[in-house]
Amino acid sequence: MKGMISIIDYGAGNLRSVERALLHLEIPCRITDKPLEILSSDRVIFPGVGAAGQAMEVIQSRGLDEVIHEVVDNGIPFLGICLGAQIILGKSDENDTTCLNLIPGKVKLFSDTTLKIPHMGWNTIVKKQDHPLLHGIDPKAQFYFVHSYYPDPGIDDHILGTTEYGITFASIIGKDNVVATQFHPEKSGGCGLSILKNFSTWDGTGQKC
Amino acid sequence: MLSKRIIICLDVRDGKTTKGIKFKGNVDIGDPVEMARQYYEQGVDELVFYDITASSDDRGILIDVVNRVAQNIFIPFSVGGGVRDVNDMYRVLDAGAEKISVNTAAVLNPGLISEGAKIFGNQCIVLGMDAKHVEKTEKIPSGYEIWIHGGRTPMGIDALWWAQEAEKLGAGEICLNSIDADGTNEGYELALTSLISDAVSIPVIASGGAGVPEHLRDVFIEAGADAALIASMVHYGHYTVGQIKSYLSREGVPVRELI
Repeated sequence: MKGMISIIDYGAGNLRSVERALLHLEIPCRITDKPLEILSSDRVIFPGVGAAGQAMEVIQSRGLDEVIHEVVDNGIPFLGICLGAQIILGKSDENDTTCLNLIPGKVKLFSDTTLKIPHMGWNTIVKKQDHPLLHGIDPKAQFYFVHSYYPDPGIDDHILGTTEYGITFASIIGKDNVVATQFHPEKSGGCGLSILKNFSTWDGTGQKC
Repeated sequence: MLSKRIIICLDVRDGKTTKGIKFKGNVDIGDPVEMARQYYEQGVDELVFYDITASSDDRGILIDVVNRVAQNIFIPFSVGGGVRDVNDMYRVLDAGAEKISVNTAAVLNPGLISEGAKIFGNQCIVLGMDAKHVEKTEKIPSGYEIWIHGGRTPMGIDALWWAQEAEKLGAGEICLNSIDADGTNEGYELALTSLISDAVSIPVIASGGAGVPEHLRDVFIEAGADAALIASMVHYGHYTVGQIKSYLSREGVPVRELI
């Protein structure tokens, strides 16, 4: 089906929430771990809730790491969400995990002990670059976060948006046909749905609107 | 900056939203799916569905409610009440809830917190606590005791100790309900809220006693709550979520504006 989005199934908790949000937007989607289905879809979403170490184990045991690299090499637009925005970096401090390295960088723990951890709730984004994913998003829009670790890309060019929580961290990252949000667009009300809608029409090229 | 969250609690019995006072005398006030949709449109940050169904045979009704809510609203929500084991947790998460609130079952079996956290992640496990003010004793040094079974059974457990213990076991958040303040509409119990909030590093939701928007300001600014649970002040149409947020915003509390 035209415009089909595959949601990569590696047992992550928010698969069905992402599916429900896409169905609500009338965007065709399927939850799958089959390489041929994933590679033949128009776009791919890589969700995630949980711990990096366990997630990478499942991904490797199902051979999905190779599939994900192939998706990215083939230029298929790819959206990582939450844990899916972390394990696309090179390495995570969580369980000292070697990750997929789609974007260079590291995943770090919030270290300010005066803050409540996890960073849980609604927070704003400061746009660092124009990107089709952020088209039409109001600067005051807030998004739902729940995480104890945060992405720290090694190269500033890969930071599309930042968020304040004790420190300023990269909450939206991207490189070529890969984009990822630390927040949950599928749980961020109308503004989050707009992000998913933008992704559903993105061709994976061009950082500018 | 992280916003303070406003969470609306819907007590659900036999598929209907009900509201009681001091855990007693409930009356039906509407369809939870429709109410959830209205509050979502008003800009609420999160919802909690609390199953107070008397018979365990009827638990399927709540799962159906959760399913229908998840198809229509796209903000986080949790489900509590009657969650006894990991299978119950799986059922509500699978139906579309983000988090599970455990209360009585966790007091009786603290391993349920660690087991749930290990399988679903800490962020999925909310510890619901019903605390009541008592005289400080050697056994209850904080002066707040844990009660279970919906506020009917005192446990002789110190609330402060239990909050810290639950954090160690892997709870991702605490929903702290004051039995004394619940249903009074006279304000949250600020001393209890700041006692617990200062003692743990996970977010604390204040619950019980909200009647006017000033009560939310007080619990956020004076007691340091991360989120505030409300029910009757919106269920009876006294306030909309928008009115409460406008007030809080004017008072300098960071809240999410509906866009």
